[in-house]
Amino acid sequence: MTPPTPPENTSSKTLNLKLEFGGGMELLFSNKRSHRVSIPAHVPAPPPPTASASPATDRPDTPRPSDVNYLIHWMKENILTERVELFMEGDTVRPGILVMINDVDWELEGEGEYVLKDGDEVVFISTLHGG
Amino acid sequence: MPPKLCALCSKERAILRRPKTGQQICKDCFFYVFETEVHNTITEAKLFKPGDRVAIGASGGKDSTVLAYVMKTLNDRYKYGLELFLLSIDEGITGYRDDSLETVKRNQQQYNLPLKILSYHELYGWTMDRIVEKIGRKNNCTFCGVFRRQALDRGAASLNVDHIVTGHNADDIAETVLMNIMRGDIARLGRCTLICTQGEDTIRRSKPFKYAYEKEIVMYAYFKKLDYFSTECIYSPDAYRGHARMFLKDLEAARPSAIIDIIHSGEAFEVKEEVKQAAKAQRKTLFLSRPTALAKGILERCKRCGYISSNDLCKACVLLEGLERGMPNMSIKEKERSRLEVGYGPSDMRTIPKFELPPVLADAASPQPKGLREN
Repeated sequence: MTPPTPPENTSSKTLNLKLEFGGGMELLFSNKRSHRVSIPAHVPAPPPPTASASPATDRPDTPRPSDVNYLIHWMKENILTERVELFMEGDTVRPGILVMINDVDWELEGEGEYVLKDGDEVVFISTLHGG
Repeated sequence: MPPKLCALCSKERAILRRPKTGQQICKDCFFYVFETEVHNTITEAKLFKPGDRVAIGASGGKDSTVLAYVMKTLNDRYKYGLELFLLSIDEGITGYRDDSLETVKRNQQQYNLPLKILSYHELYGWTMDRIVEKIGRKNNCTFCGVFRRQALDRGAASLNVDHIVTGHNADDIAETVLMNIMRGDIARLGRCTLICTQGEDTIRRSKPFKYAYEKEIVMYAYFKKLDYFSTECIYSPDAYRGHARMFLKDLEAARPSAIIDIIHSGEAFEVKEEVKQAAKAQRKTLFLSRPTALAKGILERCKRCGYISSNDLCKACVLLEGLERGMPNMSIKEKERSRLEVGYGPSDMRTIPKFELPPVLADAASPQPKGLREN
């Protein structure tokens, strides 16, 4: 077993990600199924309010690395073209949207707390459209 | 976080968490358990027997696409001996059904199954686009629902098939249970969890995905790279179902077993006898299988098109007459409807072609010993 250990590359300023949309999600993102994006490697200050931030680890001089929660927020601000209510509910994706990180169900990867690496592929699939 | 190993084979990397069990499993084990569970559903309910001719209701969407793939796979693997067909209805909705039918046509090639497409236009002389143009977006789902049900049966009859399988999944059924509770529809509550029903006809309809979670169906399609189409119908989505659906998804997020639990609740409901009697008086036909109802004279044939009906005219003929006469809303109101049924329409009016039962069912339609295939 070789667990992939991501290189601790705090110097890089952006992460290059591949985003894929399916099941109708693409309609909310310029009707394009595949997007290549670069997002900040660290959550820019001021960070979005987190519900359970413990003050001890939340020192302002150590910026938080970008996780999927931040990605979702970033997508809303930067590439979502319509109807945010069909993408998000509260601070995360709406129930009924499946998220895969590098082809693994995000429920196995810590969901929104998964820390993104350069080159990650994240897939969003809506299950809400008729079959 | 180190990759987790599959809870079943302990060899491969887990790629999903099953909503039903919470198990984390790998791709191959997922395919295997998903297919095997559908197989178990089919065999426990004794849905088929060798030699059956079965139509798969195919819309090009995720559920029916996965259903066609899995039915074909299981039929080959377990030697069901079924003759399978794809059956699609073209409602005539530009930008929606025309695109999804292209998907079905590709599926026909990919799965090597014969495909029959029946359109509202050829059957009723009206597309949904024209109906909506005429009546607006308020009651169009009523027309579409009545027309689709009858079109499916007629398509099945033309394929000489007496059994249609549909892609309804566990989430759909749980939603319907909730909706029937909220509407107090006791008769439908009892029926909606049945795996096999007979509609207003003698053709059976079954739901092999009754216990399959939507999440797993979508995951299956994703990992198998199945080709499906996903767009909401452009005309008036069912708002009431939409609310039930969102409520269910919220429940599922909190507790994934909620979906199967709600289906179980629907099955386990015990209805007081007097409530049952009252409901029976209203909708007596819902409690009988169609051949039985036909034999008892509760159901008859539409005097115009021959489709099974509890009134002189079937619902589709009533709706069509309303459209043809330029009074579409008249056919929706019960009160006005009785007027329609008395006078048969003008002789030059468009009518639906005569309905003939599929030959495999021709015997079943004549009066038969009681208890045969009673639901």
